Amino acid sequence: MSTYDVEVRGEPPVAVMALEGNIDRDAMASLNAAYEAAVGGDPKVVLLDFQDVHYINSTGIALIVGVLGRARAEGRQVLASGLTEHYERIFTITRLSDFIQIYADVDSAVDGATTHQRT
Amino acid sequence: MASSVDVHGGPSPADSTTARPVGTTPDPSRRSRLGGRLRRRAPAPAAPADVPAAVGPEIDIAPNDPILAFLHSTPGVVDIRGLTIESPALEAMRAAGVVLVVPLVTSGEMVGLLQLGPRLSERDYSKDDRQLLESLARYAAPALRLGQLVREQEAEARSRERIEQELKVAQLIQQQFLPKALPDLPTWNISAFYRPARTVGGDFYDFIPMGDGRVMVVTGDVTDKGVPAALVMASTHALLRETGPRLGSPSAVLARVNDLLCEDIPAHMFVTCLAMVLNPLTGSIEFANAGHNLPYVRGVDGRVRELRATGMPLGLMPGMSYEQSQAVVAPGERLLLYSDGLTEQHNSSGEMFGFGRTERLVARAHSGVELTDLCISELAVFTGPDVEQEDDITLVALWRSEGAAPPAGETGEITAFSLPSEPGNERTALARVAEAVAGYGLTEDQLERLKTAVAETTMNAIEHGNHNRPELDVHVAVIDEGTQLAVTISDSGTDGVEPGPTHPDLELKLAGLQTPRGWGLFLIENMVDEVEQSTEEGRHTVRLVMHLGADTTPEEETDVDV
Repeated sequence: MSTYDVEVRGEPPVAVMALEGNIDRDAMASLNAAYEAAVGGDPKVVLLDFQDVHYINSTGIALIVGVLGRARAEGRQVLASGLTEHYERIFTITRLSDFIQIYADVDSAVDGATTHQRT
Repeated sequence: MASSVDVHGGPSPADSTTARPVGTTPDPSRRSRLGGRLRRRAPAPAAPADVPAAVGPEIDIAPNDPILAFLHSTPGVVDIRGLTIESPALEAMRAAGVVLVVPLVTSGEMVGLLQLGPRLSERDYSKDDRQLLESLARYAAPALRLGQLVREQEAEARSRERIEQELKVAQLIQQQFLPKALPDLPTWNISAFYRPARTVGGDFYDFIPMGDGRVMVVTGDVTDKGVPAALVMASTHALLRETGPRLGSPSAVLARVNDLLCEDIPAHMFVTCLAMVLNPLTGSIEFANAGHNLPYVRGVDGRVRELRATGMPLGLMPGMSYEQSQAVVAPGERLLLYSDGLTEQHNSSGEMFGFGRTERLVARAHSGVELTDLCISELAVFTGPDVEQEDDITLVALWRSEGAAPPAGETGEITAFSLPSEPGNERTALARVAEAVAGYGLTEDQLERLKTAVAETTMNAIEHGNHNRPELDVHVAVIDEGTQLAVTISDSGTDGVEPGPTHPDLELKLAGLQTPRGWGLFLIENMVDEVEQSTEEGRHTVRLVMHLGADTTPEEETDVDV
């Protein structure tokens, strides 16, 4: 099982989950473990960074839905960054983009989140 | 006294006249129409006076025997002992011991002949005897005629029954010549109708596989109808079946069948036939015509045109050549092939159904089935209930659905491969399809969408179609269809569709009211321009189509509540 790097950035803190490789059925354990690590410090915002993700399938979408559902239940906001145009379209088609703010990269996502929090 | 009178229960002259055996013969003129020789019964000669003779041997009277003409012209009892006519029958009767004959005449027609041997007493037949015989003959003749008629009708009924039975068998045999099923051509809606005017007919239609994916559609009409036409139809059908796949082109097939038919067909018969080779992928058709009705095509603009090709009917003259024409049936266009049984049917006022009505029906219908149904129902309305169908009717309608591939240049399979049903192999399928379609002009976005659709479809095939059983393969084929690319993915299941909602609702999922999964089919449908599913011979196939030449982003689903 690969593990995803998790780091906390910005103020208020944004837990950044650096996803990698394929987001499919094999990613389930890694994703859940990374989420656990990310929410350890009880951040209000969780960022899923797809910069190093090459492939997301419908099972991966289901995993992301699971993470989003859990985060919302816990009162956390979920952001996404680094999606290719293709996967951004899939986020739109599936309406994930209605619930997940999408940014081009981690920096703009952290900036956006902290600006948003401050205002 | 014995009698061989053909009428059972009729009076017997022998009993009252103590005559020698008597006999009658059926109406010679009726028998002679059947071409046979008359047979009649004659008394046995020289039987002892006190022994009633049995029925004598039968005597044949030829239809042209002069005795018949003589008896016709001589009413009443005739003593044949003094006759000087040259007649074989007379000789035979004399040899059999007959002395008197009494023609049995009714309604001016001789229906039999009563024959008597010598009187059993010493004396010859008296005047009273003769009067009695004459009056007996008057009564016996109509009764005998009635009996003959009953027998004839019984024989006719038996013969009719046998012919009807044979026709039923012929009908069954002929039905075997007609296609048992219509060809299953993706994106084509095909319909056929066949109704002979009699039990069997001379019309025919067929769909002959050419062995390379193309299909030869033929409709034909043998002159005449009924059994003679059906026999010629059977051999024409067999010749077309044999030459079609071998020769490949409709003009060559018609020329060959014409030469073969000319050798055997009866002089006054011929066959009209339209042969059309269809490429179902591109819609291109090549056709040749041997005197058959010209098919109608309805264009997408609603206009109806004829497919023109001319040529002599088959079986008239050997060595004919047939003009071959080409056309393309575009998506949304439909085609009607028909025999003249439709256009030349009259109604009770003597008006013909005609080409104009047929053409207007072609313009109206919206599918192949609707077109044939419409033709038949409109024809029934036109003719009315009590008008007999004049000729065999054959209709074949082909309709190319709007979603079909537009015609284009070279087409064909780019690659095809099989993968064992193991999780993760969908990424292999994705990679190999991506590699295969490189250079076919897909935009980067289209390529990504196709890859996602291929991966999702393959995953469904592995998981839901083949249930992750590695020994079952998933077949993938990539086909260049000219202006579009198609990928077919098939599995061994009949339910290779991912279970779950077809319109997954994210809010329900987030609220825990719907499984987080169930995105596969939804994604597939949103990724490519067309998705078709079919199940045939135990395999479930999904066909993904991506149009080339324009980045046609599929419309996103808009019917989701926001």
